[in-house]
Amino acid sequence: MNTLILSALSGVIMMFSGFMLNTRTAVRTLAHILLLVVIAGTVLELRGTTLFNVDTKGMMVFDRFALLFTLVANICTLAYFALSSKDMERVGNNYSDYFALIFFILSGIVLAASFKSLLILFLGIEIISIPLYILAGSEKLNLKSNEASLKYFLMGAFSTGLMLMGIALVYGAMGTFDTTRMEVVGATPVLLTAGMMLLLFSMSFKASAAPFHFWTPDVYDGSPTVFTSYMATVVKAAFFIAFMRLFTDAFGGIGMQWKLIVSIIVAMTLFIGNITAVFQQSVKRMLAYSSIAQAGFMMLAIYSLNADAREGLILYAAAYSLATIGIFAVLIKMKDQSFEGFNGFAKQYPTIAATLVVFLLSLAGIPLTAGFISKFYMLKATVDGGSLGLAIFAVLMAAVSVYYYFRLIQSMYFKEGSQVVAVPMTAGFKYTLVGLAAVTVLLGIFPELLTNWLYF
Amino acid sequence: MDIRYYIFLSLALFVIGIIGVLTRRNAIIVFMCIELMLNAVNLLLVAFSKMHHLAAGAANPTAGSEAQLFVFFIMVVAAAEVSVGLAIIVMLYRNTHSVDINFLNRLKH
Repeated sequence: MNTLILSALSGVIMMFSGFMLNTRTAVRTLAHILLLVVIAGTVLELRGTTLFNVDTKGMMVFDRFALLFTLVANICTLAYFALSSKDMERVGNNYSDYFALIFFILSGIVLAASFKSLLILFLGIEIISIPLYILAGSEKLNLKSNEASLKYFLMGAFSTGLMLMGIALVYGAMGTFDTTRMEVVGATPVLLTAGMMLLLFSMSFKASAAPFHFWTPDVYDGSPTVFTSYMATVVKAAFFIAFMRLFTDAFGGIGMQWKLIVSIIVAMTLFIGNITAVFQQSVKRMLAYSSIAQAGFMMLAIYSLNADAREGLILYAAAYSLATIGIFAVLIKMKDQSFEGFNGFAKQYPTIAATLVVFLLSLAGIPLTAGFISKFYMLKATVDGGSLGLAIFAVLMAAVSVYYYFRLIQSMYFKEGSQVVAVPMTAGFKYTLVGLAAVTVLLGIFPELLTNWLYF
Repeated sequence: MDIRYYIFLSLALFVIGIIGVLTRRNAIIVFMCIELMLNAVNLLLVAFSKMHHLAAGAANPTAGSEAQLFVFFIMVVAAAEVSVGLAIIVMLYRNTHSVDINFLNRLKH
């Protein structure tokens, strides 16, 4: 509750700061301070202190899973602000509004992570999506940005329609929106099965799992790179947390009805994401497909729905978001965003290239990185959940992913290039990247630093 | 009246909306079809609300009221979505003087 109210208030404050503060530095500093306040609120709540006492009438539950994910999302947002907030200046003139929209997305993430009623799920997903439509189109004169925004909007609104129909059918069968009161006695009602399928499809749409992923590469490619960075990481993880909570609470008891379909979706997502990423020439588009591939891994948690899956999903959200935010932060600064653009990068920027290597290894799932341990949790959860075949397929696909991640390392280290970078990188930027890389390695060695928060 | 009539009516509206989204090329009409889908859901929710209310009888006089509240939320969110969506379409129109979504395919390359 702390995070929800504080982040919504921060959003409003940021909106006003647009005409109260004169310089962009002041706006940026204010955003960082507000985000730190939000993080402090989340930590306080995780330790049992709530600043606001709001009766949600049993529509929300702030358990440790929700709070921990909120904390992870906040910290990833902080990393994102620290690395990329300067680059938002180049997108357009409404600098403070971008921060305001991101704070509103954060409050939506709280709703999506801690809902207990389908109403809150719907509101949370919409509060996340609507600011994203605006951010995707924030480069107003760029046609690609316009198209990305319209496409995202039409796809998002369409999948919202599917989700609402699903909710209505589930309500018709069960007579309640409360996800914890959906036990089925005897045969599963047809309305419930139909509603659940629609919810499954619409959540796959939002989380860009195949075969509902077709909008993702275009939208991620067209949107301004700073905002792609956010929507491919924190937001995607939030959709998966909502997805998992929905299927754990409401449909865990009727697993027979959906396990097969989810496993098909997982296999398709892993296959299409990884195979298509191999053929990309632009790093931005490669990262878009890699985000689809990683979505396949995160979806293994929804297949297995056990304690390992819960820990694994939180770890995965942290590992994937931090690594991808880091790579995008460097990508924004590049003049040429294709693989060739990175030729000779390591000679010019040895430290930054080294951190990029850590992030790429983490995404590929090489041991000693957070990416490896989170993939390990997911695979363990899947094997415990009874599908060895799916786990083996996921490992094979992870092996394919090594190809396109290592291609970037190869361009940076083993190819000659001329002057590569357009925007100068400051020392602070460099140290933040080194810090993120350190966190990635630290989580890879001691994952319990994060997962223990779920229990203590 | 039997609940099935309401289910069929709103499913018909919903499917008309889906077909419209998938086949029409004008962004505004696609958008209207999405609104049609949302309104089909509203109708269905109200019908289910009445059904659960009647089923609960005098024992629980507030049964089914949450679905009617849900309808208000859908309307509010749909209004917010419309304001953003129309702004996006206007922005696109300013740059291209067209609202045809066929050229969305230009992003693929």
